Amino acid sequence: MVSARAALVLLVAALAAAPAWLPPFYVYLVALCLVTGLLAMSLNLVLGYGGLYQFHHAVFYGIGAYTAAVGITRLDWPAWLALLAGPVSAAAAGLVIGSFCVRLSRLYFGMLQLSLGSFVWIVALRWYPVTGGDNGIHGIPLPAGLQTLGGAYVFVLVTVACSLAALWLVVRSPFGLTLQAIRDNPQRAHVMGVDVRGHQLAAMVLAAFFAGVAGVLYVVLERSVFPNMLFWVLSLEILVMCLLGGWFTFPGPMVGAALVVALRTLVGRYTEYWTLVLGLLLILLIFFLPEGIMGEVGRRLRPRPVQEPARAPRPGGLHA
Amino acid sequence: MDAGAVAGQLLVGLSRAMILFVVSAGLTLVLGVLRVPNVFHGSLYMTGAFVAWTVAEAFRGHPAGMWVGLAVAPFATAAVGLLVERLLLARLYHREHLMLILFTFGVMLILNDLVKMAWGPTYRSLVPPPSLQGAVSVLGVALPRFNLVLLGAGPLVAVALWLFAHRTRVGKLARAAATDRDMVGVLGVDVSRVFALAFTVGCFLAGLGGALVAPTTSITLGMDHTLLVESFLIVIVGGLGNLWGALAGSLLFGLTQSLGLLVWPQFAIAFPYAVTAAVLLVRPTGLTRSAW
Repeated sequence: MVSARAALVLLVAALAAAPAWLPPFYVYLVALCLVTGLLAMSLNLVLGYGGLYQFHHAVFYGIGAYTAAVGITRLDWPAWLALLAGPVSAAAAGLVIGSFCVRLSRLYFGMLQLSLGSFVWIVALRWYPVTGGDNGIHGIPLPAGLQTLGGAYVFVLVTVACSLAALWLVVRSPFGLTLQAIRDNPQRAHVMGVDVRGHQLAAMVLAAFFAGVAGVLYVVLERSVFPNMLFWVLSLEILVMCLLGGWFTFPGPMVGAALVVALRTLVGRYTEYWTLVLGLLLILLIFFLPEGIMGEVGRRLRPRPVQEPARAPRPGGLHA
Repeated sequence: MDAGAVAGQLLVGLSRAMILFVVSAGLTLVLGVLRVPNVFHGSLYMTGAFVAWTVAEAFRGHPAGMWVGLAVAPFATAAVGLLVERLLLARLYHREHLMLILFTFGVMLILNDLVKMAWGPTYRSLVPPPSLQGAVSVLGVALPRFNLVLLGAGPLVAVALWLFAHRTRVGKLARAAATDRDMVGVLGVDVSRVFALAFTVGCFLAGLGGALVAPTTSITLGMDHTLLVESFLIVIVGGLGNLWGALAGSLLFGLTQSLGLLVWPQFAIAFPYAVTAAVLLVRPTGLTRSAW
């Protein structure tokens, strides 16, 4: 574990120094990877640790971003207040959508969430006076410290680091352990007196909150929002990121997100058929690397499977 | 708001509901038997529309073109479905559920880009033959003639599917496999082939829906996106895997949307979602009993 900790310190140091040694475009790309990574990791709290079919996580990302954007441009809120309001409203949306969904079993849960989320998407798409409709909102004015790429980068890095630390604490807390127990065997957890739905709802609210944080960070980075941020295709893309990185590992979704964002940029230089590449990648993963990159790395490093408690039970096993 | 406008919107909503029904019947069949929400169902719907357009174009304006297109498109998408199922999906049935769903998402991504390669981003429109152009007066309301085809196709599909599920041996096996696939397998039935058939019929219906919608709208990339979410919703409201539930859900969806146009045009598209949420608050597992 000492070497892992050293590697983490080195990684953070390298990321903190990135603006000094990387060209601006790559600084932007690293920041985008971090924001998308936070989004994927917030999804994994409910997906990998909670075993819930969270099929429309992008909605909370979009709500966070839109709240900040609308607050600044339409309601003339102080910018910092609007940035804070983003995650809060995302968490509130998580509470509303979640309280509908947790009453249902896996597949119903996922499909209902997809539908309710699409309702939010339609509102963003049609409510022109507030959301700008299919154009979105662009050129959002930001507070003084965030107007340069360097400033935005530091803000993104610090916020993502704090959020990941918070997620780590949640996962290790009694609450997080109970959540994993529910994932592995909801009936047993229920019989033991655990409030299954309450825990699942709380996890959804937390995940929505951090998705909202990611949405606000996107606004800081791009200064724009658009309806595709809460379109269901993005939600499925985040799922792919979690799968690619490995959803039974803590850092997996971040690795998956970074790879997908980097790959999209790279592939985009040569062809417009990026989704074709993503589709092929996804199918190859399902057939050949179902535990994702970090899951595979973990298995290679520790050959005895007994030490990996998270591997045996999976979301959507026989109980689906 | 006079009675004529309401009647007109009712008929328009009914026509829309029939298309939704054809598509979501296919989705609910696959859900009921395989328990996989097929995410590339919408892509097949779009493919069906493009194929129908291409076939109709090949006839250079001959009135039979549209009908041949309508007949060919469902078989084309059924072939795609059968190919994907036999080559890839069939190898994943023992895997966890989420993987199956993500697999169909991967196929959706690939199919959509293939459609983009084949037909490009331009808008296409399929002109119905002269005998189906213009409007016809139904109960004193002007209705596009082609909508009569839609109003006929929906009940036809419903009856055909009911006969398939209740009067054919393989249909009965599919229903049995939906309830308890292991038991059906133990009785000596090759469940995998039943799955393949159900999946192919589901994909056939997606293509049929696309071909039916082609003469009424502009055929374009992205026409699958909202439709897929709508048919997911219909299937949930109806009760997963239940044919009559899909019919009820489609009617609810089509009619609330078209009547919503009279009340609040800008957000008419949102009405069905609100109604669905209300229904699910009262009946969390849908209007009818799920096939599971």
